[in-house]
Amino acid sequence: MDKRKLEEAFFKALMLASTLIVLGSLLAVIVAVVVRSAPALSLSMLTQTPKGGYYLGKEGGILNAIAGSLYLVGGATVLAFAISLPVALYLEEYAGRSRFAAYARLFLDVSWGVPSIVYGVFGFTIMLYLGLKASLIGGLVTVALFEIPIMVRVMDEVLRMVPLELREASYALGSTRLETAINVMVKQALPGILTALLLAFGRGIGDAASVLFTAGYSDYIPTSFSDPAATLPLAVLFQLGTPFPEVQMRAYASAAVLMIIVLSLSMGSRFLSRRLTRYVVR
Amino acid sequence: MKEAVEPIINTEGLNVFYGEQHVLKDVTVGIPEKRITAIIGPSGCGKSTFLKSLNRLIELTDGVKVSGKIYFHGLDVFDGKIDVMYIRKKMGFLAQKPCPLPMSIYDNVTYGPRIHGLDDKKELAGIVESCLQSASLWDEVKDRLKTPASRLSVGQQQRLCLARALAVAPEVLLCDEPTSALDPISAQRIEELLINLKKNYTVVIVTHVLRQAMRLADHVVFLYLGKLIEHGSAEKVFRNPENTVTQAYVKGVFS
Repeated sequence: MDKRKLEEAFFKALMLASTLIVLGSLLAVIVAVVVRSAPALSLSMLTQTPKGGYYLGKEGGILNAIAGSLYLVGGATVLAFAISLPVALYLEEYAGRSRFAAYARLFLDVSWGVPSIVYGVFGFTIMLYLGLKASLIGGLVTVALFEIPIMVRVMDEVLRMVPLELREASYALGSTRLETAINVMVKQALPGILTALLLAFGRGIGDAASVLFTAGYSDYIPTSFSDPAATLPLAVLFQLGTPFPEVQMRAYASAAVLMIIVLSLSMGSRFLSRRLTRYVVR
Repeated sequence: MKEAVEPIINTEGLNVFYGEQHVLKDVTVGIPEKRITAIIGPSGCGKSTFLKSLNRLIELTDGVKVSGKIYFHGLDVFDGKIDVMYIRKKMGFLAQKPCPLPMSIYDNVTYGPRIHGLDDKKELAGIVESCLQSASLWDEVKDRLKTPASRLSVGQQQRLCLARALAVAPEVLLCDEPTSALDPISAQRIEELLINLKKNYTVVIVTHVLRQAMRLADHVVFLYLGKLIEHGSAEKVFRNPENTVTQAYVKGVFS
C-alpha cells in the first residue's frame, strides 16, 4: 500500500480507538454503578425518607436527598439563568469586543475553574456573617453562584455564533439593541441556551463540596427555604462512608438515581429543544 | 430620457475606514428619488460599504470609522439628534443572502411594524397581506403564514425579506446584490419586483453584474477602488462614458 493510504488508515484507526476508549470508560462507570446498586434499588428507596436506623441498614429511602437536590439545584439553576442571560446578552450585544468585555470573560473563565469547595466555603462565610444556618436557601445561592460562570460563558459563545446578517436584518428594520437581543439573538440561539442551562444543572446537581456547609443535610424533605436540605451527592458520600455493605450498596443506588435524573433531563431537553427551535434559521 | 429628479439622498465627501484601510474615498453623489440607482464596480471597490453607510448599518462592523456627510431629504443622517432607528426605518435593506428572522412567515413581516409600536391585529394582518402581495409571495404562502420562514425556498425567502422591508413603510430600498444567491428564475422575479416598486420607492441596488445594472438602472454610480469615478443617467454612463476606466468596465474589459 502506498504511504499516504497507510497514513490515512493508521490515523483513522487511532481516532476510532480514542473514541472507543472514551465511550468504554463512560460505559464502565455506568455499568459499575448499576451492577453494585441493583440489590439496593427498590421503589421504597425512591418514595421514603430515611427511617430510624437507616444508616445502619434498616428501612427507609433517599427521597429527602432526591427532593432536596431537585429543589436546591432547580432553584439555583433558575436563579443563575435569570442573572446569566442578561450578562451574556450584555457581553455579546453591547460590550462586544471592548476591553471591559475581554476582562469580564477572563474573570468568568477563572471563576469557572475555581473549585466548588471554594464557593462552599465562601457561601458558608457569608452565611455566618449574616447569622444564617445551613439551609436550602444558603445552598441554593451558593450553587447558583457557581453555575453562573458556566452559564454565562456557554451562552456567550452560542450568542456569538448568531450570524451578523441576522442581526443586520433586525437592525435594518429600525430595531433597538434590546429588541434585537430578545427577539432575534435569543430565539436563534435557543438550542445553545438550553444546553447552557443543562450543563449548569448537571454540574450543580452533581456537586457535593458547594452544598456540604451551605445546605447541610437532613433526613426530612425541606418545607421552607430556611430548612437544611439533603442532596444526592452528599447522600452518596455519607452512605459510602459507613462500614455496612448494605448501606454502601445504597450509596451506589443513590448515585444511580443521580445519573438517571441527569440523563432523563438531558433527553427531555433534547426533545424540548426540537420543539422550541422550529423557527431557528439554519 | 427621463427628466432630472431631485436627489432624495446626497453624500458629501463620504469616507469610510476599516481600521487603517481606507475603503471609501471622498464620495460625493446624489441618489434620485423614485428611480433605480445601480452602484456598479468590481469586487472590493466599496459598493456594499457605500450602501450600508446610507442607513448607518455600517456602524455594526467592528473598527469602522465614517467621516463626511449623508443627507436624507436634507437631514444629516449622522446628526446626533437624529434617531438612527428612524433612518433605518425609512431606508429598507435587502441583503445579499436571504436572511429570514427566526420566526414564522407572518411574524417576519409584522416584526418591523410591531417594534415601531403597531399592535392592532387587523392592521397587522392587512400589512402582511399587502406587503406579501407587493413581494408577489402572497399566493404561495397565504395558507401557511404560521410556518417557520426558514422552510421557504431561498428565492421565496428573499421575497419575504423584501416584504419585511416594505412593512415598515420605507421610502428607500437599499439592495445589496439581492439576486447573487438566487437561481436565475428567482433572480428575475426580484428584478421585476424592483422595477414595479420604483413607482413608490427609491431603489438603490449594488450589483457586480453589469447586465443586471443595464436592465434595471435609471441612474448609475460607478465606484472603483473606493473612489467615485462616474455617475449619471444609465443611458449616459453605459453609452457614452466620459472616463476611460468606466469605458473599459462598461465594455467588459475588466470586471
